[in-house]
Amino acid sequence: MSKKFLLILSMVVIGSMLFVACGPTAEEEGVYVCQITDTGGIDDKSFNQTAWKGIQDAEEALGIRSNYLESQEVADYEKNLNAFQEEGCDLIITVGFLIGDATAAAAVANPDTYYSIVDYAYEETIPNVVGQVFETDEAAFLAGYAAAGVTQTGKVGTFGGLPIPTVTIFMDGFAKGVAKYNEVKGTNVEVLGWDLDNPDAGLFSMDFDDQQKGRELAVSLMDEGADIIMPVAGPVGLGAAAAIQERGNAYVIGVDSDWFLTSPEYADIVLTSVMKLMDATTFQVIENVINDSFEPGVIVGTLENEGVALAPFHDNANLISAELQAELDQLQADIIAGTIVLD
Amino acid sequence: MDKKQEKQKDAGKILIEELNQDEKESATHKRSFWNVITIPLLAILSGIIIGAILIAATSTSVYAAFGQSFGKGITTAFSEIGSAYASLFTGSIGDPVRIFSALFSGDKEQIYKAINPFLESLVQATPYIFAGLAVALAFRAGLFNIGVEGQLFIGAACATFVGYAVKGLPVYIHMPLAFIAGGLGGALWGFIPGFLKATTGGHEVINTIMMNYIAFRLTEWLLSGPMTRPGSGGMPISPLIEESAQIPQFFPSPIRFHLGFFFALGFAWLIWWLLFKTKWGLNMRTVGTNPRAAKYAGLSVAKTTMIGMAISGGLAGLAGAIQILAVNRSMALGLSSGYGFDSIALALIGNNHPVGVVLASILFGTLRNGATRMMVVSRIPIDIVDVLQAIILMLVAAPAIIRTIYRLKEPKEEETTVFVSGWGGGQ
Repeated sequence: MSKKFLLILSMVVIGSMLFVACGPTAEEEGVYVCQITDTGGIDDKSFNQTAWKGIQDAEEALGIRSNYLESQEVADYEKNLNAFQEEGCDLIITVGFLIGDATAAAAVANPDTYYSIVDYAYEETIPNVVGQVFETDEAAFLAGYAAAGVTQTGKVGTFGGLPIPTVTIFMDGFAKGVAKYNEVKGTNVEVLGWDLDNPDAGLFSMDFDDQQKGRELAVSLMDEGADIIMPVAGPVGLGAAAAIQERGNAYVIGVDSDWFLTSPEYADIVLTSVMKLMDATTFQVIENVINDSFEPGVIVGTLENEGVALAPFHDNANLISAELQAELDQLQADIIAGTIVLD
Repeated sequence: MDKKQEKQKDAGKILIEELNQDEKESATHKRSFWNVITIPLLAILSGIIIGAILIAATSTSVYAAFGQSFGKGITTAFSEIGSAYASLFTGSIGDPVRIFSALFSGDKEQIYKAINPFLESLVQATPYIFAGLAVALAFRAGLFNIGVEGQLFIGAACATFVGYAVKGLPVYIHMPLAFIAGGLGGALWGFIPGFLKATTGGHEVINTIMMNYIAFRLTEWLLSGPMTRPGSGGMPISPLIEESAQIPQFFPSPIRFHLGFFFALGFAWLIWWLLFKTKWGLNMRTVGTNPRAAKYAGLSVAKTTMIGMAISGGLAGLAGAIQILAVNRSMALGLSSGYGFDSIALALIGNNHPVGVVLASILFGTLRNGATRMMVVSRIPIDIVDVLQAIILMLVAAPAIIRTIYRLKEPKEEETTVFVSGWGGGQ
């Protein structure tokens, strides 16, 4: 028995040495951009995926090299940052508030590497870090206005993943858009799931993973009469879309990316999407690094610089009257011009 | 009736004698050591081979090469597998060439960097050891603790709270205090299902799973409510713990190797001593092996169940505490990548023995740590490591497969796996 065991052991040892010996290391040209995802993973149909799209776009257009690491837990953030530091990345992109501490620590320890963090702004500027934040309420405002114009029941709904600023800003904008419609048209469209005056009463799935929860919340919102729902909860929202599609007489408003394109299975019920174009801002940061024009601080995505946008209505464009479309265009122009202020 | 009772009483006595006997025998019995270790080792080898096939089968460049010619496909497949496992090795143990050149250069920083992969594997293994011990101890007492994940979360939350809310203590008081708080939190969370089982017979499998859900939602609420970091706007992240609560790391950043690893080894020794060298441990194992016999031998099954679950939960709580105090330094959503559930596998691979658990934990830590480098260099997703772990586990759980593949002889005595009696053993 032990002879057999030793034989196997020696085979394993020799094998692993061979593997080590033939490990290839090829040096390539170009700026090296590396992304570290949060626990959602690279294919979360949300900010990780969108930021990665920005890197891939840059790879195609600007000839950079890219790589990514997925984090499975909080302890991985620091480890992955170290791994990319070791790997010699020129620009490291991290995603989400929860990586904030680790990114700041790594940036201070490695002043020669550029860092950019999506959805986070440091109170004190670190000379080699740029945060990417988004005025998503500007686009959500347009979505709310459009929803109020389309609803048949006079009720629209929304729910969030967690009561955190990057989520509630969507709901704020949405509710303000509906209120604007009521003000202009003298209607009384109701928003279920979010009350501007009482944020504690908001509806939340308390989760960014479990689609079943999205399904349940969408069903209860529809039972209360909502026929347009905006779920601000990453993949949980896809559960809501599934429930809406089954019910058949309601629409969903996508968030982060254009769901008509990213989730074509729900194309028939996607009214529009509130797009948070992290790919655009990420691309911008990469371009700045290449051109030696990196500026620390924050990049703010707005309607004006197309960091946020309302997606086209695609197949459901027939629901939007020419008049409503004209009003939306005017509102967008007003927001960009600063005549409508949302804060 | 009388006769039957007497018989069962005898069974209890015989059992205790046998358990005592067992220890003495196995110490002198070298063959059984090989028996115990052969199956896991062969399982790991098989897992690596199956993993290699998967790596080749999911690689687009391999398919492209096969499109050109068969020979090219084969060489590409082997070079893909080679580069994947090479990076797994250099990422988790270290690059031998680099280590040697660093040692010869004598540059301290170079040496640190060269041995960091190995030290990082031990960092990864640390929570696995605590969590694995938790499951193994419960198995030994005939209890199936599926609630390690929840106990870990509660332990982490308690350690975090003591870590940031208590201020002004010196490190030699504050750090142990926070660590113990984590253990106590976990112990409470384990004690509840133990208590329910002892008093009402409610099965611990169901109750620990339910306690997990309560723990997850409770910590989410704590993190985005009472324990949230000021100024974060309700983000699910706690304040940073005080420096005096941090478990020290031995080397300058980026090396994270910390004192907690030795805590883990210390606890492994402690649990071994408790289980195999004390009367209390003997009672516990007796209850675990055959609760009816133990009852007739005059042991309190209820008490053992409660204490067993509390200690198991405590160990799980320490797993959470160690991650907070030594590595993360604050608690946030996404604390664990499933230590509580992986630990069930660890206990099984480690044969529910503390030494086995430590070895299995180091294996899992090594695999997970190496996976990072594998992702960076070979672009193979970390999921392949999950598959590897799952295959190894399945093969360990079903030794007949390994015996058939490698034509091993059936051992004379079927090793008794304690946890089997855990299912309904107490009913």
